Amino acid sequence: MEKNQINLSEDRLGPHGDEFYQELLDAHEGLSLEQSVRLNARLILLLANQVGDISVLRAALATARRTAT
Amino acid sequence: MARYAYEPFPYEMPPELRGGAMGDAPVAIIGAGPIGLSLAIDLALQGVKSIVLDDNDVVSIGSRAICWAKRTLEIFDRLGVGERMLEKGVTWKVGRLFHGDREVYSFDLLPENGHKYPAFINLQQYYVEQYLAERCRDFPDLIELRFKNEVFGHRDYGDRVVVRVSTSDGPYELQCRYLVACDGSRSPTRQRMGLTFEGHSFEEQFLIADIEMDESPFGSDAAERWFWFEPPFHDGQSSLLHKQPDNIYRIDLQLGPDADVERELSNETVVPRLKRILGDKQFTVDWLSIYKFTCARLERFVHGRVIFCGDSAHVVSPFGARGGNGGIHDVDNLGWKLAAVVKGTADEALLASYDRERGYGSDENILHSSRATSFMTPKSDLERLFRDEVLGLATDHSFARRLINSGRLSVPCSLEASDLQTPSEFALVRPGMPVVDAPLETKNGPRWLVELIGNDFVAVSFGNGDDPELRGVPHIRVHPKGSRLDHTGFVDVTGMALERYGEGLTYLFRPDAHVAAAFRHPGSKAILKARQRAVGQKTLQAAV
Ligand SMILES: Cc1cc2nc3c(=O)[nH]c(=O)nc-3n(C[C@H](O)[C@H](O)[C@H](O)COP(=O)(O)OP(=O)(O)OC[C@H]3O[C@@H](n4cnc5c(N)ncnc54)[C@H](O)[C@@H]3O)c2cc1C
Repeated sequence: MEKNQINLSEDRLGPHGDEFYQELLDAHEGLSLEQSVRLNARLILLLANQVGDISVLRAALATARRTAT
Repeated sequence: MARYAYEPFPYEMPPELRGGAMGDAPVAIIGAGPIGLSLAIDLALQGVKSIVLDDNDVVSIGSRAICWAKRTLEIFDRLGVGERMLEKGVTWKVGRLFHGDREVYSFDLLPENGHKYPAFINLQQYYVEQYLAERCRDFPDLIELRFKNEVFGHRDYGDRVVVRVSTSDGPYELQCRYLVACDGSRSPTRQRMGLTFEGHSFEEQFLIADIEMDESPFGSDAAERWFWFEPPFHDGQSSLLHKQPDNIYRIDLQLGPDADVERELSNETVVPRLKRILGDKQFTVDWLSIYKFTCARLERFVHGRVIFCGDSAHVVSPFGARGGNGGIHDVDNLGWKLAAVVKGTADEALLASYDRERGYGSDENILHSSRATSFMTPKSDLERLFRDEVLGLATDHSFARRLINSGRLSVPCSLEASDLQTPSEFALVRPGMPVVDAPLETKNGPRWLVELIGNDFVAVSFGNGDDPELRGVPHIRVHPKGSRLDHTGFVDVTGMALERYGEGLTYLFRPDAHVAAAFRHPGSKAILKARQRAVGQKTLQAAV
């Protein structure tokens, strides 16, 4: 399925990139590391459900994992 | 209510030891558990004789398998014990899931209408084995049950197997063409053959208890299933409370990897623990046991003339109730194939398809059971944290409820990928899927579709049309709603059958009630060809 290759690097936030980044930090404001990890977990679950497409999720997991260690 | 009364099966001195000739049966079965007994019945329905050897003489000690799923009940229906199980069993509908003392959500199974059997029932394994053993007695010429007969050796000569058996009257030998090992998760046959049983063991220990009490712990007569993550009454990770017949309740408590078995099984520990769940209500403990669970399988289920079936071939953790159910699906798959090979109507190669099809089913069961066990036994702080957040989101977000995994209950696997099936893209019930039930009407009253299918190949046409002329394959037509009933016809009174299968389509079912092929224009040549393929023969033989 060459033509359906998943492109994770393409920008999809457009002009909202800076907004999102700031709001992500704001959401973590004042939380302990554990509270932040929990917030991230919820966020991942919510976003994963929105993405819905298992192949996109797999590609994202693989990309994120590649730089983990 | 009386507890289950164990009635030992009588031991009789085997004919070999009374001076008779060496026993000789087409099939010998080791183990009279649910799987061995079911296989003996399935073979008898095909007219094939078997001798069943069991080292014990009572049915299952303790309830063990309690959850029997719809497809399994349909197989039991074909074997002749389904209705009895349904009548005795508890049909539960409502499940509640708790995190601590908070109810996360409840679900109502609301089964689809128009099926003879519900999604599942709860019935203790000892009843199932009793019903099966009694059913075996209906075939006195075809099933010989030998209790207190322990198999301690066997030798495969390539065309037959000699089995060595020990009894209180001494050892003896008997001979069979095929030996089926239904000797459970610790299978002595498997060990004797030195076969590796590979998989994954979980460190967690679980306390399983059967509690007898008159007053329902649910606070009402409703038969429910309650599952807790991090229960308030117990410092382990999870608990399960389930109703069985005779006012018996199953309690599973996750104890953690380091629990001290002897201490946990002592009255001083168990009774206060149970009181924290059950409150001050009167109860008695019927059975207690501590388990660790493993998911593992043999790489191959067929080794020459020795075949593995049930727990001897594969084991799973019990979350999802796939052990006993999966074993019955093995029997369903193996019975007609082994019978056909023994009777010479199919090539021995057909047995390899049992290995492929049930190997696939067993992988699916292991996958689901392992995932459930992982969800219930987080291995790290992070796994646990993710699980907590799933449970937290689940109250308000339905998608998260579907991520909660306290066991994915047994569903039949599709054998679509198996080469016995003839692909038919347009079929509503795809080749490889088991029969989908529907209510029918006949001149003599109502019948269920599942009752008409099985034990032999059968072609079923849905809707009006000309009957194909078939030699050697029985044919049934299901007429549309409103048709006049003649003496042999079946009418789709509710319209469900045609809706589920598609008007104008004809399906060929295997003896295990799985769809082998579907046809838009059923010609006798195409149907016979699909049937040949389904018994492992690629080319159509001239005379059938
Ligand atoms: C706590 C618990 C809960 C479970 N819950 C469920 C559930 O809800 N649903 C479900 O589907 N499954 C469940 N299971 C799994 C289920 O109990 C097993 O999958 C099932 O018993 C397998 O049946 P079997 O006939 O293959 O083996 P077994 O029931 O173990 O029978 C094997 C038989 O072989 C005999 N035998 C062994 N060695 C010899 C020998 N050398 N000679 C002669 N005879 C021999 C034994 O005496 C025994 O009778 C549960 C299991 C446990 C432990």
